[in-house]
Amino acid sequence: MNVAIIWMIIGMGIVTYVPRLLPLITLQTDNWPKWSKRMLGRVPYAVLGALIFPGVLTANENIWFALFGGMIAVMLAFFSLPLIFVVGGAIGALALITYLF
Amino acid sequence: MESVSNTYNLNGTSILKLGLIDGIPIAVGYMPVALTFGLLAGATGLTIMESVLMSIIVFAGASQYMALTMIALGSGAIEIILATFIVNFRHLLMSAAIHEKAEKSSKKMRALYAFGLTDEVFAVAATKESPVRSTYILGLGIAAYTSWVMFTAVGFYAGAFLPNLLQESMAIALYALFIALLVPSIKKEGKKVIILAILGGLFHSIFQFWISTGWAIMLGTMAAVFAMEVIDNLISKERESTEP
Repeated sequence: MNVAIIWMIIGMGIVTYVPRLLPLITLQTDNWPKWSKRMLGRVPYAVLGALIFPGVLTANENIWFALFGGMIAVMLAFFSLPLIFVVGGAIGALALITYLF
Repeated sequence: MESVSNTYNLNGTSILKLGLIDGIPIAVGYMPVALTFGLLAGATGLTIMESVLMSIIVFAGASQYMALTMIALGSGAIEIILATFIVNFRHLLMSAAIHEKAEKSSKKMRALYAFGLTDEVFAVAATKESPVRSTYILGLGIAAYTSWVMFTAVGFYAGAFLPNLLQESMAIALYALFIALLVPSIKKEGKKVIILAILGGLFHSIFQFWISTGWAIMLGTMAAVFAMEVIDNLISKERESTEP
């Protein structure tokens, strides 16, 4: 094993762990104003939007196929299927449409 | 296997198990990403030990891919570490948001599950009802981590073992996961969640023209949350002015 690469990996590990760790162990939000807590509570939904879009458009070479896969996921999720079935269904639908066309 | 959204009344082991089960979709989503990472790591000239070690120690998809590209381009270790730091800055925001949603637990516990707090683990945990149990987040992390490390090794030796069609189609998996997390929240909490998600996607799309994805996600999220606050104030003011 190349020692320089090992050190680089350890360095990468540290700079990945620290941002995940710091707020969790240092923040004292108990006395924070209400609006700031409300904003933190909204972060997950905004993050989800940002993680889905525009990335989902590039999930397949064909943008329409990618959108189709995404729409199937929306439909399956709308009917409250468990996560794993939504994920599996979207994969299957995309495989099928790629295979057919 | 419909999982319960409120995890508060279960004991430790069954919550851990619940986390592991809810982590399966993440594990499935990571499979093609890790396979490809292992394959590319080999192609970039890393040994099997180095490739797997990177997945064991770093556990961050985007950063690991970026590192491979930079190694191939001949970048130095310091540059790569700095770039990793920048890409992972967004986790400050997610970690703070989880801090707000998770149950109070010991520092040791938080330090433990913080390691596994990837975008996907965050997304699953953060859409649960507050307070989210620590062992649940830990379970999600373990499921995701196992898949990530294992399939890195598999990919190194046999990245091409999956039929091409399936591997290509699996690229939709993580997006499907995010969608599956978002839709029930929309059904439960309504318009605000839709607006927040649309704003997040919109700002991310705009910002990514100028800045790298990691930053664009973080700044896009912040812009969305701020914009929502402004919209909120406007609506409540309008209500006040129409009500006597």
